Amino acid sequence: MDTMRDRFIATTGRLLDEDPRLAVVLAEISADGFQRAAARHPDRVVNVGIREQLLIGVGGGMALTGMRPVMHTFASFLVERPFEQVKLDLGHQGVGGVLVSAGASYDWPAGGFTHMSPGDVALLDTLDDWTVHVPGHPDEAEALLRHAVAGDDRVYVRLSLQVNDRARTVTGEGFLRVREGRGGVVVAVGPMLDGVLAATEGLDVTVLYATTVRPFDGEAVRRAVAGGGTADVVLVEPYLAGTSTAAATEALADVPHRVLGLGVGRRELRRYGGMDEHLAAHGLDPRGLRARITAFLRG
Amino acid sequence: MTNTAETSTADLHRLMALMTGDEKHGPAATSTLDALQVLYDRVLRVTPATVDAPERDRFLLSKGHGPMAYYAVLAAKGFLAEDLLPGFGSYDSPLGHHPDRMLVPGAEIGSGSLGHGLPLAVGSALGLRAQGLTDPRVWVLVGDAELDEGSNHEAIAYAGAAGLEQLHTVVIDNASASYARPGGIVARFEAAGWSAETVDGRDHEAMYAAFTRPHPGRPRAVVARVEPKNA
Repeated sequence: MDTMRDRFIATTGRLLDEDPRLAVVLAEISADGFQRAAARHPDRVVNVGIREQLLIGVGGGMALTGMRPVMHTFASFLVERPFEQVKLDLGHQGVGGVLVSAGASYDWPAGGFTHMSPGDVALLDTLDDWTVHVPGHPDEAEALLRHAVAGDDRVYVRLSLQVNDRARTVTGEGFLRVREGRGGVVVAVGPMLDGVLAATEGLDVTVLYATTVRPFDGEAVRRAVAGGGTADVVLVEPYLAGTSTAAATEALADVPHRVLGLGVGRRELRRYGGMDEHLAAHGLDPRGLRARITAFLRG
Repeated sequence: MTNTAETSTADLHRLMALMTGDEKHGPAATSTLDALQVLYDRVLRVTPATVDAPERDRFLLSKGHGPMAYYAVLAAKGFLAEDLLPGFGSYDSPLGHHPDRMLVPGAEIGSGSLGHGLPLAVGSALGLRAQGLTDPRVWVLVGDAELDEGSNHEAIAYAGAAGLEQLHTVVIDNASASYARPGGIVARFEAAGWSAETVDGRDHEAMYAAFTRPHPGRPRAVVARVEPKNA
């Protein structure tokens, strides 16, 4: 199977042929993959070199002239390093654009913390009016990317090497109900779905699948809670634990409820190794998830 | 598309006094006045009737501090109503101590945080070129201390290497940077492949000549020297 990043490069290359409004801005990362597209569209595939502040500023400037910029690099360098550019050169200017990251929370554990970005979605949450897509499969990444490119708004597409075995049909909005139950609701975000389904096997819980997490589908959570005997909600996110807790509690503000936010721990592990080891260390493997979910629902 | 009626300096001072209540203005407010006057009178091809035209020249005020001269010129040129000026900085006014493009008619960008205008100008030049709009010119005004921002270093290095001929930078040099640049500001731009020149930022003819000097295949920087900020 190709990776989400491979699919992003292939899909965007095709979209550049179809949509004259589209531009891609790169800072070396993935520039090799875009070589053919750059040869076909030299003015619309721009590599600014290793300059991440400029990456976002250039995207903002292109958007000011009416283009639809797709800005891409690793999440750490796309969202965290040039964060003020994301805030001012897009949002404050009142223009849109599509940020597409790779690397996620620990796609390259051997690379260490410099290339991990578990805080990206939480950081974007400090800004108004961003749509955030977290696909769990390359097919979903392609669907969400096409949806993002077609709009005018500000969109973040978070790509990862962590994937589910099969793709679901995603539309770019709302949560999908993939399992029915009455003893609680578990929201699985993007690539956490397979782990959540394994962890909740045999449990009487509803599982919602979220690939578009902002805006947060509070209505789906309210409906799921209303269908059960208890307003217990567990969020399982592939980034910083608790990132969506505020959104969930807001959705349930008029219902007595409990929320457990699971995700990547804030403490820096200072470990290399592989993704499975990091998932286990953060309690996000099926075994860790089951233990924490059942303990919470029993409580 | 250039406005034919030239502004008078006396009128601009009158307009600025509507904001400050004072005929004397702070250095940040007046350091840009002459450059703005020359640009809007004689160089920029944009009018209130063409603020949304794809073919217009873009002027990006990156140095958003002390925007009174900018507002005065925009009012004199008819982009914004003169009766907005007295409300400067008040809750209901669109005119803040830093300009907001979503509120100020004629403002291409919102600015205030230093180091954003030049990268946005680079992107604007690229966006115009990608749409086949090779005639419009992109201008950005920055301060000499603002050039210390790393984002500007990124933009200067890239724009020179990419040969962005549509791009023009005016550096208002009031000697406010804490550390002098070896060889001066022009050397920084020239090393990056720009066409660059230093002029007296109070001499309108010298600025006009520098602003309109041909620079085939290269972006252009004009350093306009004015009185030192702390003089």
